[in-house]
Amino acid sequence: MSVIDQAKNAAEFIEDKTHEVSFDKLIWMLRQKRDEAALQVPEWEQLRDLASAIKEHTLANLGPYLELFEANAKRNGVTVHWARDGHEHNQIVYDILKSRDADTLIKSKSMLTEECGTTPFLQSRGVKVSETDLGERIQQLDDEPPSHIVGPAFQKTTEDVAALFSKVYGSDPNKADPVYLAHVMREHTRPLITEAKAGMTGTNFAIAETGAIVTITNEGNADLSANAPKLRICSVGIEKIIPNNEHLAVFVRLLARSATGMPITQYTSHFRAAREGGEMHVVLVDNGRSDRLGMEKFWPSLKCIRCGACMNTCPVYRRSGGLSYGSTYMGPIGIITMPTFEIRRYSELPFASTLNGSCTNVCPVKINIHEQIYAWRGVMDEKHQTPSLKKQAMIIAGKLLSHPEAYRIATQSTETALKVLPRFAIYNHFNVWGRHREVPAPANETFHEWYRKNRTH
Amino acid sequence: MRVGLMIPCYVDVFYPKAGIAALELLEKLDIDVEYPFDQTCCGQPMANSGCEADARATEELFIRNFAKFEYIVTPSGSCTHHIRNKFIATPPSPERDHVQSHVYDLVEFLHDILKVNEFPWAIFPHKVALHTSCSAIRGLFMQSMSERVHDQKFSKPKALLQGVQGIEFVDFERHDECCGFGGTFSVTEEAVAAKMGYDKVDFIDKSGAEYIVSSDLSCLMHLQGCAGRLQKNLKFLHLAQILNGDKE
Repeated sequence: MSVIDQAKNAAEFIEDKTHEVSFDKLIWMLRQKRDEAALQVPEWEQLRDLASAIKEHTLANLGPYLELFEANAKRNGVTVHWARDGHEHNQIVYDILKSRDADTLIKSKSMLTEECGTTPFLQSRGVKVSETDLGERIQQLDDEPPSHIVGPAFQKTTEDVAALFSKVYGSDPNKADPVYLAHVMREHTRPLITEAKAGMTGTNFAIAETGAIVTITNEGNADLSANAPKLRICSVGIEKIIPNNEHLAVFVRLLARSATGMPITQYTSHFRAAREGGEMHVVLVDNGRSDRLGMEKFWPSLKCIRCGACMNTCPVYRRSGGLSYGSTYMGPIGIITMPTFEIRRYSELPFASTLNGSCTNVCPVKINIHEQIYAWRGVMDEKHQTPSLKKQAMIIAGKLLSHPEAYRIATQSTETALKVLPRFAIYNHFNVWGRHREVPAPANETFHEWYRKNRTH
Repeated sequence: MRVGLMIPCYVDVFYPKAGIAALELLEKLDIDVEYPFDQTCCGQPMANSGCEADARATEELFIRNFAKFEYIVTPSGSCTHHIRNKFIATPPSPERDHVQSHVYDLVEFLHDILKVNEFPWAIFPHKVALHTSCSAIRGLFMQSMSERVHDQKFSKPKALLQGVQGIEFVDFERHDECCGFGGTFSVTEEAVAAKMGYDKVDFIDKSGAEYIVSSDLSCLMHLQGCAGRLQKNLKFLHLAQILNGDKE
């Protein structure tokens, strides 16, 4: 697949002024709410340290914890499956559904199933898949992937949703009222839930000691998806394991506060066993995680608890829109994880950052996100993924800047410097700079010249 | 105390007055300053693009030029952050260690080493919006970070500017959000960079500021370009020019 041109996609998003402005405003509000929530917890920084340490401990002992989880889940009567990659995961899910004649599936939001492409896989085999999370369902109806990992439809305005629902459900296109729209959705989704033959959820945390799958949600749709049908399937990324409930408490305090500024979500549900007369399956999915765990610089991204705080604070994400990354995970966490799935396709993502470091400061599990973005740039050069124009400019810049005589000739007059300086400072011509900005006015003489005249005689 | 003055490439060419102000200020404070003639750059443009190998010769040149100084001072948080924390294109050596551990942004040098808090020669009766770069904030910890809500609030550049007579600071929204320069980012992602700059300029313009002041001219070059395009009547100065008592 071709390289994702995030910069071009972002430029298009900015061009359409309505969405960029409302998206930035909404997402920045989440960052502000996160700050207010963190301020209410005096031990906030200690919690971050603890959360990071728990994740590092678990990742360092992942094999034993996964086996402990499997043993306890089996003891609870759960069937545990292991999937090496997304395809295996999808096949396992499909086989379960097919052998039980389940041709309708309701789902709660799961980034893992986005990552695995589960919905298109199942639908192409005749399973009718319906999302039940409001935002995720909106995206499904509009045939668009999520633009944010917590709020899939954050990129849409209420007017967009009113227009979409009117098209799909025949509701009033002029009634851009969230309460009205939520009712329209509820009316049309409830029958899908009550009639579905199988339900599927993702996982926020999998508890090794209890064998429970924990989901942390607001709408209650995960509980409905998991409990309404008799057949329940939970997909789990293997990095979601934590040792026990005591550890869960640390994450529960951090997750919602980091994500939206709420002290806690409406539902924190522990699914330990099937409902009476039903069955429960857990699919443990690797899909590149073991490989990433072996990457010296990049394994810490496995600590991620999918709160989206790094995205909310990211000034580039807020102005680019979530879809500009062309990837399952977007924003800072997407930049450092997507290249592990497909390096060529996501080779430009590490450059969609100013390296300002705000993401690292808000991360509740203390992933060194901006340092990893910087390190990925180095990897792209080593693996020859840097665009050739840019690489050529850097070679020239490297030569010019290491030869003072040549550099001095190039910059002795600001007029020639204007032509040369961009080549090393910013590799391209000033006409790109000047699209939206004035070009800096050249000074009469350089500092170097001034110093020679005024300090060396 | 012998100080080597590093003047970043874009300061040399576009903002020599800021370089001159930094030099004169250090001289006023009786510091023995030398500007090594063979200096060019710290190599950040290449290294930030991931091209470490292409940064190596430039980094070596920097080390050759500056290893002999007791302190290396530059009016740029961005270059200081790069030299101190990201100088990895050359193999480790005592000389590399020395430049990494002895490089200071001008603000740090004045605030932490010389501990200056008065600039009696400087009068600046204007409303100032202080923009501190992300490198200076989150790389050099020159100012408290808005994300770290429990940390004590402080700002080294502001503390220095408070020693200038008549200066008035204005508050503005999202004060430590990135301005959008980001080195090569300013060109490779020019649309996002410019939008970030426009937003920053708008927030500052609403605050009633006359000047945007920073210890990083790379941010200012970008913001000045944005303000110019938006036809905002804002003026731009490097912090050294105010501390030195320059008349604009």
